[in-house]
Amino acid sequence: MAETKRIFTFLLRFIAFCTTLSAVIIMVSSRQRATVLVFSFEAKYSDTPAFKYFVIVNAIVSVYGFLVLFLPSKSLLWRLVVALDASDGFFPFFYKVFTILLTSSISAALAIAYVGEKGNPIAGWLPICDQVTKYCNQVKGALIVGFVSVVLYMLLFLYSLHTVLNPLLLEKS
Amino acid sequence: MALQSGEKLPMVIGHIWSKQKSRWTLLGLRLLAFLAAAAATLVMVLNKQTKTFVIATIGTTPVNLTLTAKFHHTPAFVFFAIANGLVSIHNLVMIMVDLLGSKFDYKGFQLPMIASLDMLNLALVSGGANAAAFMAELGKNGNSHARWDKICDKFGAYCDRGAGALIASFLALALMLVISFLSILNLKLVNSSSHNSHNNIIALPN
Repeated sequence: MAETKRIFTFLLRFIAFCTTLSAVIIMVSSRQRATVLVFSFEAKYSDTPAFKYFVIVNAIVSVYGFLVLFLPSKSLLWRLVVALDASDGFFPFFYKVFTILLTSSISAALAIAYVGEKGNPIAGWLPICDQVTKYCNQVKGALIVGFVSVVLYMLLFLYSLHTVLNPLLLEKS
Repeated sequence: MALQSGEKLPMVIGHIWSKQKSRWTLLGLRLLAFLAAAAATLVMVLNKQTKTFVIATIGTTPVNLTLTAKFHHTPAFVFFAIANGLVSIHNLVMIMVDLLGSKFDYKGFQLPMIASLDMLNLALVSGGANAAAFMAELGKNGNSHARWDKICDKFGAYCDRGAGALIASFLALALMLVISFLSILNLKLVNSSSHNSHNNIIALPN
């Protein structure tokens, strides 16, 4: 029973790490050069601060996910990074902060992507998705993967909370 | 060892943190968070500005264009208003539960429910506040790459009121962070003390 629980937790953390890493990679590699009327411009992720924030947050979370998975137990960094989570008296600090950061980054990126797709007639903002279609599709893909990572990290956060609040469970695993 | 040092911090905090004082502190914080979130919702929902532009002059009569900036043109602001409304309702309900809740019997389900709902609403308000913040930054600075002009120089009052709503929402976010921490602490205190008595009861027959 404890063995299946550990395998399941490892698998969940691994998939969450993969999703955040792929969200970063897909968003960073999205760029397209287009020509509108006379001038040509290049659409990159770094044009918008919301997408930059999305990339930075997902990069930080994937580094943490990598550390949690592949760091050997009982080393100093492990105690600092992971033990602070399930520790005692303290609520699961890192998972909470990262879940909140992930939700805020995905909602900001979605807001800007919506303006890019539909435009805003009152402000005179034209949609740009029909000019840079490949860039738009790649950004949409990165946002979908980011949304999956939000759901997974929320599950991981609830699980770590459950582990903290149930000392009998902590003893067995 | 995890169990032992797990007792230390809550007990230390538990001594500093008597039950009466903790209850009133939490209540006061929830009241502040409710006021901040409600203020953010109201300011955003009532945010409206109408401005008339002269776009051409035919002969001597100018051609006017009247534009109204309302919050529901932008889905990020709609989400912001809904999120802050939900958070203020949540805090109101939690205040009621705290004041009037001792009559009902929840079978030990009350504290975990409060802690999880606090965390959910924390994630909700952080998402709403951040989305509106990035939309406001877009309106203030524009985006030269996508050829989007900034609108804050034309609709100055709309931008100012939106900024006020954002500040109130970030204040509510900070308060919700502290409230969520305190309710989880409550849960941990109650949980550890009940497990202590549980373990003692089991140890006796041995």
